[in-house]
Amino acid sequence: MMSLIIVLGIVLILAILYMIFRVSSLITVAKGPKDDKPGTANKVNAALFIVFMIASIGGFFWYSIAYFDSYNLPVASEHGTWTDTLFWITMAVSIAAFVIISIIAFVFLYQYQYREGQKARYYPDNHYLELAWTIIPAIVLAILIFTGLRAWNDITAPAAKDAELVELIGQQFAWTARYPGVKDGALGKNNYRLIDDVNEFGLDLTDKNSFDDFKSLELHLPVNKEILLKIRAKDVLHSVFLPHFRVKMDAVPGMPTQFKFKVTKTTQQMRDELGNPNFNYELACTEICGRGHFSMKMAVVVEEEEAYEQWKASQEAWLKQNPDYLERVPDALKEAAMINAGFQNDPGSTVAEKNDQ
Amino acid sequence: MATTDIHIHQDVHHHDDHEHEHHEGNFWTKYIFSQDHKVIAKQFLITGIFWALLGGILSVIFRLQLGYPDMNLDWLKPVLGQWITPEGKLDPEFYLALVTMHGTIMVFFVLTAGLSGTFANFLIPLQIGARDMASGFLNMLSYWFFFLSSVVMFTSLFLSTGPASGGWTIYPPLSALPQAIKGSGVGMTLWLVAMALFIVSSLLGGINYITTVINLRTKGMSFTKMPLTIWALFFTAIIGVLSFPVLFAAALLLIFDRSFGTSFYLSDIYIGGEALAHDGGSPILFQHLFWFLGHPEVYIVLLPALGLSSEIIATNSRKPIFGYKAMIGSMLFIAILSFIVWAHHMFVTGMNPFLGSIFMLLTLIIAVPSAVKIFNYVTTLWKGNIRFTPGMLFSIGMVSFFLTGGITGIFLGNSAIDIQLHDTYFVVAHFHLVMGSASFFGMLAGIYHWFPKMFGRMMNSTLGSIHFWLSFVGVYLVFFPMHYIGIAGFPRRYYSWTNFETFSGFADLNMLVSTAAILTLAAQFIFLFNFFYSMFRGRVAPANPWQSNTLEWTTPRNPGHGNWVGEIPSVYRWPYDYSKPGSKEDYIPQHIPFSETPESNLPNENELIKLETSNGEGAIIVEGSKH
Repeated sequence: MMSLIIVLGIVLILAILYMIFRVSSLITVAKGPKDDKPGTANKVNAALFIVFMIASIGGFFWYSIAYFDSYNLPVASEHGTWTDTLFWITMAVSIAAFVIISIIAFVFLYQYQYREGQKARYYPDNHYLELAWTIIPAIVLAILIFTGLRAWNDITAPAAKDAELVELIGQQFAWTARYPGVKDGALGKNNYRLIDDVNEFGLDLTDKNSFDDFKSLELHLPVNKEILLKIRAKDVLHSVFLPHFRVKMDAVPGMPTQFKFKVTKTTQQMRDELGNPNFNYELACTEICGRGHFSMKMAVVVEEEEAYEQWKASQEAWLKQNPDYLERVPDALKEAAMINAGFQNDPGSTVAEKNDQ
Repeated sequence: MATTDIHIHQDVHHHDDHEHEHHEGNFWTKYIFSQDHKVIAKQFLITGIFWALLGGILSVIFRLQLGYPDMNLDWLKPVLGQWITPEGKLDPEFYLALVTMHGTIMVFFVLTAGLSGTFANFLIPLQIGARDMASGFLNMLSYWFFFLSSVVMFTSLFLSTGPASGGWTIYPPLSALPQAIKGSGVGMTLWLVAMALFIVSSLLGGINYITTVINLRTKGMSFTKMPLTIWALFFTAIIGVLSFPVLFAAALLLIFDRSFGTSFYLSDIYIGGEALAHDGGSPILFQHLFWFLGHPEVYIVLLPALGLSSEIIATNSRKPIFGYKAMIGSMLFIAILSFIVWAHHMFVTGMNPFLGSIFMLLTLIIAVPSAVKIFNYVTTLWKGNIRFTPGMLFSIGMVSFFLTGGITGIFLGNSAIDIQLHDTYFVVAHFHLVMGSASFFGMLAGIYHWFPKMFGRMMNSTLGSIHFWLSFVGVYLVFFPMHYIGIAGFPRRYYSWTNFETFSGFADLNMLVSTAAILTLAAQFIFLFNFFYSMFRGRVAPANPWQSNTLEWTTPRNPGHGNWVGEIPSVYRWPYDYSKPGSKEDYIPQHIPFSETPESNLPNENELIKLETSNGEGAIIVEGSKH
């Protein structure tokens, strides 16, 4: 019933609008042939451009200033501070250009609106003017390009040798992290053909570096230390996005990618700074990957290096969690596997401990 | 609703024409399988309007989800059926399908076929003084391939597994694996078939446009006397002919990967509990191929709009377009650069960073000719005598969007800044303004401006102004707030953001955007009413309603096949002799010889009189003498 009334109402309104339209066009017909000279409507349109200009530029500045904190995402990485600076410099240049050109255009629209008897000025070209507005943008852009290039080259330069290595694996619709383990500090090889329900990394257990690798569903990172993210995907494209660190890199099946960066604030420091005790860093997926794309999230914890090392040491190796896979380890490496995965203590270290006593 | 009716009506026409045949003689050859460029243009236009409406409605449906996440959408069930979940929510996978189809429809079916198809067909012969296209038959085929492509794409919307849903960029492996998303099943197959047909249509059209512009210009119509519309459409056609085959190749290889087990794009994939046999392919290869078309495509969409606006702004400012040659030069430069900037869409795809540096350099260079165009438009307004016809209003809107959206390109083209902004709403704001809305407004400007020539009647200008202001303000309210949402890092193609604390804000802005989107779509019905009403009941158009200089206004009110009744007029001057000092009227059409306008001729033009003979026979036209 309600919807019927709504439909009837809409029909009625449309009918009334149509009647108004018909009557007004009949009146124009009755007034006789139009002389095609722009009339009041022209003046109204010209004035509306000025109203639009004032309202829109005013609204733009008001919102941009009043709500700065709600859209300005805090930054917590070294290169992020740099790219943010570039962003705001570009913003300043752009807004200046945008506002000046817009005001000039809208004022011209008003000022040079049609007037009876007025003749436009025949002004087909001016080479100096054209040269000026070719060269000036070219120079400004050149400056922006070179500052951007420097930042880009630095961001994409090879990571330091002692960078903290973490591997991120994207799959529909979750992220998993693999850490190289404390014993060897190197990630074991992997092969997608070895993936099964349990061995989700496709860990190649013939490689001795794989024994102490451990899995985490939270991304733990140390503060103030260079981190090298190794990124891969199992099924379709995904993209690692760490908004607060200004990090983004696609995860591509068949082509491992990487991103190096340095976080400058721990989770706790960020909480204090924002006055939000519930603040958490997050990792999101930014490459369309299917139904659950919007929910592909991973929690991120940034700690002081000491706490981070403690956390790492407390994690159990993947092999230890899945002892069935020991049989895949070649016999020659079994003992190393037992030690590195933490099934038994390193006999060497026991000897050393004994000697200490 | 109005268009649905109209389409049913059209359809009825298709089937019912047996009855009409006796009255209308060759109805089939006149309205359906016509080889007249003007009829083909109208066919493209009507089909384009149908697609634009559908694309707009799709976007409003997903904006409902984003702006009013708690809304119960059960009332959409009669239309969307199973895509509304029992809880009254939009299915997340269908959300992706909507986004994908909105993009595909708007970019290809509306702003490529609807825009270029309409105006290249309509204006090229009329403005260069030709009886028709070089090949009327190929031209007809071009439309019918497009029609077939439309039918296939439209059909895919009704599949139970849904249409293609991997984003309009259809990146594999998502688009290659039906296990990954339902839309990559039959929906994707139909998408690829439709696009293959579309490319055929676009190539047939493009080759025709290029040939016609080169070979069929009337006497005196040298390249330097061509209106900027024709220049723009000419460059557009060249870009299309060079880049669409690359998309065809990309699609073909994807078809092989999907159906014949090849591994062009696929490698190292474990999905649905099994490791796939594909080995050695690269998803990045597809991205390179796709964007090799995809970026030029931006200019295929934009250049015609720039061309149409140049013409309309000059006419209605009653001034020559400022820097005619600079305008051509910048379009040429843009056209060339458009081929060597594609990888700026791929800064963070894992592509070699060095390539990123090169593409950043090339990308930011393209801002220079774009800036030149904007400055030239503004200077054209300076000391004009501006008439705000609906065409003019939409052209101004077009320039405004081109500026607002173009300037954010400087951020995105900078690879260091793009790391954060890539695939966020900042990108959505950028391209919707600079290529979506700008081109759409260019298209609307063209429709309002050339409607009198198309249908012999005028559109109502009051309704045109109302349509403009609602759309202009509406578009800004839709896309401007997205900049803030993007700076805050909100990723695009997200069904909802509530899973993330970081993206939990901006419910208010998203609601504003959605509301504005609905109102903007509603405003388009004013246009539809005006369009179809004026077609039959509009005021009869005078011969030259805008007092314009170009050749199309020398044809009869309703030009027949062949355009001019007698001889095709010769051309003596450039198309922008508006408000020339000394001249009585504020415009001198292109076909008026200098010998008839001694009072306004510049010194060098007086010399050209000697070369004109009274009947135009044996006239020698000296190229580029004036500017």
